[in-house]
Amino acid sequence: MKTRAFAILSIAASLVATAALSHDFQSGTIRVDHPWSRATPPGAPVAGGYLKIENAGTEPDRLVSVASEIAASTELHESVVKDGVASMRPLGGPLEVPAGQTVEVGAGNHIMFVKPARTLKKGDEFKATLVFEKAGPIEVVFVVQGMGSRAPEEASEHGTGHGAGQ
Amino acid sequence: MSVLRIVRVATWAAIATIAAGTAAIYVLGQGNGGIATTISSGKAAIGGPFSLVSHKGERVSDETLRGKPYLAFFGFTNCPDICPTTLFELSEMMAELGADADKFNVLLITVDPERDSQDLLATYMTAFDPRIIALRGTREETDAVVKSFAAAAIKVPTDGGNYTMEHTAGVYLMDENGEYAGLMRMDEPREQRMQALRNLAAS
Repeated sequence: MKTRAFAILSIAASLVATAALSHDFQSGTIRVDHPWSRATPPGAPVAGGYLKIENAGTEPDRLVSVASEIAASTELHESVVKDGVASMRPLGGPLEVPAGQTVEVGAGNHIMFVKPARTLKKGDEFKATLVFEKAGPIEVVFVVQGMGSRAPEEASEHGTGHGAGQ
Repeated sequence: MSVLRIVRVATWAAIATIAAGTAAIYVLGQGNGGIATTISSGKAAIGGPFSLVSHKGERVSDETLRGKPYLAFFGFTNCPDICPTTLFELSEMMAELGADADKFNVLLITVDPERDSQDLLATYMTAFDPRIIALRGTREETDAVVKSFAAAAIKVPTDGGNYTMEHTAGVYLMDENGEYAGLMRMDEPREQRMQALRNLAAS
């Protein structure tokens, strides 16, 4: 119980430290923007994770793994609808983030949290660690959006146009 | 249409028939369980007989649904994106339609009965409009309903001996006689989808 309380306090502290509007996390030349998840129906065996990764450097990097406090295992999937059929399959390796580019996890792929420990409700937050080949581990906080969300709320609110294809 | 053209069309039709026949003989000639694919067209191809059990334990079939239009979505709970967003949006659209949404049934048909138990579906469905019915069958019943809707439901292996399902992304619209009335894509503009539901409610 004490551990959990501490974890909750840690999350709260990290949230205070992070400006609510920016909601981004950085290590070296890699910046992770607006990690979000979607509220899950009760009993849902999986939850999705979405974010943007910006590589401001001159060297490519790769997202090797994702670990979170809410799920024992996490997978990176390709997720597409082709000819009216929805499919997802393992990415089959690290996610490439080319030099000077932004990769959106959520456009044709997703992070899948397997057997989340609890039902995710809108407004919840949970911690995760993204491990990059060069930038190393980056601690991030996922914000849970509504169950019907198809795009990051930041992008739609500010009309930045990043939601294309959602 | 000139006589020459009619002859030409007839000739091609004959060639096509012979070619198809030859192909069929060839496939049958394999004789070792080769899978023959039947491609058919027309209304009758979608929405044949089926019988499944709801998340409340009631038997639901094409016959019990007769007399009211319905929507059918093929999904599963181990689906992080399309299934919950589709069910959520359908719930919101039904809320907006109010009593008009009582004029049709809405079905989630699981393509993954091995993992989607009746209990899990009952828990899962509490997040959505209570009028939506989750249906589950044995593997045979599931295969049969997938086939009768010409839907996609393909098991794909993932990491660690796990698997996921490929499935039809759209929502089938069926009329009160259980005949196919169209496929609603959830990425269509909302107003277009609302109109499709209003049309179905009025039919």
